[in-house]
Amino acid sequence: MTDLTRLSAAQLAEKLTSREVSAVEAVQAHLDRIGEVDRAINAFLHVNTDEALLVASEVDKERSLGDAMHPLAGVPIAVKDLIVTKGQPTTAGSKILEGWHSPYDATVVRRLRDAKMPILGKTNLDEFAMGSSTEHSAYGPTRNPWDLDRIPGGSGGGSAAAVAAFEAPLALGTDTGGSIRQPGAVTGTVGVKPTYGGVSRYGAIAMASSLDQIGPVTRTVLDSALLHEVIGGHDPHDSTSLTDPVGALVEAARNADVKGLRIGVIKELQGEGYQDGVQARFTEALDLLRQAGADVVEVSCPNFRYALGAYYLIMPSEASSNLAKYDGVRFGLRVVPDGAPTIERVMGATRAAGFGDEVKRRIILGTYALSAGYYDAYYGSAQKVRTLIQRDFDAAFTQADVLISPTAPTTAFKLGEKLDDPLAMYLNDVATIPANMAGVPGISVPGGLADGLPVGIQFLAPARQDARLYRAGAALEALLEDTWGGPLLAQAPEIGGGK
Amino acid sequence: MSTATADILSFEEAMEKFDPVLGFEVHVELNTRTKMFSSAPNAFGDTPNTNVTPVDLGLPGVLPVINRVAVESSIKIGLALNCKIAERCHFARKNYFYPDTPKNFQTSQYDEPIAYDGSIDIELADGTVFTVEIERAHMEEDAGKLTHMGGATGRIQGAEFSLVDYNRAGVPLVEIVTKPIVGAGERAPELAKAYVAAIREIVKNLGVSDARMERGNVRCDANVSLKPKGQEKFGTRTETKNVNSLRAVEHAVRYEIQRHAAVLDGGGTITQETRHWHEDTRSTTAGRPKSDADDYRYFPEPDLVPVVTDDAWIEKLRSELPEPPAARRKRLQADWGYSDAEFRDVVNAGVMDSIEETIAAGVKPATARKWWMGEISRRAKVADVEPAELGVTPALIVELQGLIDSGRINDKLSREVLDGVLAGEGTPTEVVAQRGLEVVSDDGALLEAIDGALAAQPDVADKIRGGKLQAVGAIVGGVMKATRGQADAGRVRQLILERLGVEG
Repeated sequence: MTDLTRLSAAQLAEKLTSREVSAVEAVQAHLDRIGEVDRAINAFLHVNTDEALLVASEVDKERSLGDAMHPLAGVPIAVKDLIVTKGQPTTAGSKILEGWHSPYDATVVRRLRDAKMPILGKTNLDEFAMGSSTEHSAYGPTRNPWDLDRIPGGSGGGSAAAVAAFEAPLALGTDTGGSIRQPGAVTGTVGVKPTYGGVSRYGAIAMASSLDQIGPVTRTVLDSALLHEVIGGHDPHDSTSLTDPVGALVEAARNADVKGLRIGVIKELQGEGYQDGVQARFTEALDLLRQAGADVVEVSCPNFRYALGAYYLIMPSEASSNLAKYDGVRFGLRVVPDGAPTIERVMGATRAAGFGDEVKRRIILGTYALSAGYYDAYYGSAQKVRTLIQRDFDAAFTQADVLISPTAPTTAFKLGEKLDDPLAMYLNDVATIPANMAGVPGISVPGGLADGLPVGIQFLAPARQDARLYRAGAALEALLEDTWGGPLLAQAPEIGGGK
Repeated sequence: MSTATADILSFEEAMEKFDPVLGFEVHVELNTRTKMFSSAPNAFGDTPNTNVTPVDLGLPGVLPVINRVAVESSIKIGLALNCKIAERCHFARKNYFYPDTPKNFQTSQYDEPIAYDGSIDIELADGTVFTVEIERAHMEEDAGKLTHMGGATGRIQGAEFSLVDYNRAGVPLVEIVTKPIVGAGERAPELAKAYVAAIREIVKNLGVSDARMERGNVRCDANVSLKPKGQEKFGTRTETKNVNSLRAVEHAVRYEIQRHAAVLDGGGTITQETRHWHEDTRSTTAGRPKSDADDYRYFPEPDLVPVVTDDAWIEKLRSELPEPPAARRKRLQADWGYSDAEFRDVVNAGVMDSIEETIAAGVKPATARKWWMGEISRRAKVADVEPAELGVTPALIVELQGLIDSGRINDKLSREVLDGVLAGEGTPTEVVAQRGLEVVSDDGALLEAIDGALAAQPDVADKIRGGKLQAVGAIVGGVMKATRGQADAGRVRQLILERLGVEG
């Protein structure tokens, strides 16, 4: 029998629909795989065994009765532990939420449940999604399935690693500055950050509200499109949610073709600071696209050079306010210090004990940036930069239908390598941040290996034109897989036992 | 409690030396069905922490959604205050840690209020009109309610622990801020009271708030500063918080004027701070120091999109506005023909609306006033409720007055009938029947009673026969007593005279 965990979600869905495979078998195969490799990977903070099997058995029963089912019914999925789920813990990777159970489901989770997709569990992340390596999780780092001594990217390293290690065919991530795309790049998987407002944020624990977006984490571009259509679309609980229909994304992925597509190479997102191997894979990808009939042009986005700096003012500013609610009064950790436990001291002790260093660093940064007398110079200037970045995108999209760049400047680095150097860590997101600053969608697709480690290629599209990402992404995926003779992940080493 | 009632100057002396400058921040709780940013019920007095959703508790992952009705109510308030309405405005976050604020920030409007640059005319008791300029009216959410337990004073100092009720958290508020009010002079306390009364009346008339100060629906923070006579520059202000009755507004402003005057007169300086009003001692005590540099780290609320208005929407809301209270009062007084004093009493008794409805039901203005200012107000006072809350309907008054006009009952009996109706015994006609209150119109029965009364007071009967007609009253009284008041006194008198053969 085929190893069910090696199938793409689209392939598995076909076998479920034809009843060649039962949903219980599919879920059990993934639970077994988790049991087998997750001790080494640490992708999951919580495994939802009983509920996943229960949902799967319901799917099998309904399917046997001939009920009309969602095409992905019975296809299991992992959910980043930043997204709230009833009946399972949600920690945001932080001690401050240890043991907390949400009384409500995030909108995206409700949509998964409506589609009858069994939830395998909650995946690891940098605390409150703050990081690019998943090393800032309060529950230990996640390891890269390609090399267990290396990071799986972050903040969504758990979701990317789970998918790369065949523990789940699909996962949900969140992307504030690259937390879906950069882990996708360094684990050889696909990650999509939809247009801001394209997927409801209701129930995604906020880091930076104006930048956060939930999106798919998968092994194929088509799978991302399938999942995107499940979770996307207007939600009245999210005021920033777009009212447009989600669009024909699956159709775009199935009709992959770059003939005549104008692809803009962003001059500022390559060269210096980009690892040689990354640059080499990127150049090869451009050649393939050109050969397939794409019109590859160079575009300049001069203000992107300010994106990282502006991001590190806006993101911590919003985060400092969003994280104020974790004070021990209503939910989560409460630390009562010795002596007179006044409310100020309880709040202070709770936050001191409950937050990790990176979270504290960003709260302090943001509090400072918003302070009277500094607001205009910091937050105000950063918002102006944001406008300039949007204008750069607007100009670039007059010359190109989609833009392209490496997703991350380097392949996966070693655990601990950048942990004590926040600025080096922040540089990982230099190519992904502009999309969040402008609200435009982006996708990272596997671009090959450099020194045996995956490289990601990023496409960016104008806001609300997510379908273009699927068209271009699926085309590049097909072109590259032809050269590799199969999926990149087929080249990944077998995962050994516990580390 | 620190009762250090600071030295104060007499009000007259204060006024000789200083000009007061006032400013008000009035918070109006809107009576929308649901809260400002969630679907939780907006209701007063329910079991603590029952009117809450994850949004109101600030749970991880939640997002706010603006209540459109609250925006419409805010626009109506802006229009009623003759404000400009913003074409586009934003909410901001006001960041501070306090346990009654679930997110540890308040979602409020900051640099872009929904309404701005307005004014209203405030009429004082003697007819003097002051124009108060409105700086802005902005939308925000209320905080929860803290109850401090275990201490003697009910305050946080000395309390062992505090309870927090988030039912009020997220209730929509409109904060109305005046520009500095200069030139009120000795009328300042009176103007303060009249201004808050006018705001309360306006929002009640608009139907956007229950406007009950005792429930905190309308809350006033009163800013006071003094400047020496002739000086242009404003003095340092204090902000007296949560002065929650009209009388307290007047007293608090008067007190702060006198306190400031004493400090300044003694060569001291006023500390910019909040003050707490104490109804028992009729004085204020220092709260926390307040400076213009309080750092709330405001920034635009990224979870909400801007509120965008357009002319069609605003004009639709404008067309729905009720007649302004002041204009309405003028019109009603003229229509009803009440004197200034009569009308003022009606307004002060809170029965203007009831009288209007009663007149609309077909009762004459004078008669309507007789009922509402008389029997109904008297009963309301005894029951300690508002007259309109007694349950007296215009239809009831129509029926009662009809019974009087047709002679079936008299004024005195009508009071008993009203008692019966209010006791739930049925309609006036039913009460008349059940209690047997109808005027005795059977002459036979009356004559029997008259004979009895004459026999009981033969000396009086002789006086009448002798021409002393004023003595008839004693016999009439006897008859009324015998018939338990159910006789028509005029008819009784006529029958007595006929019986005694005396010309009336």
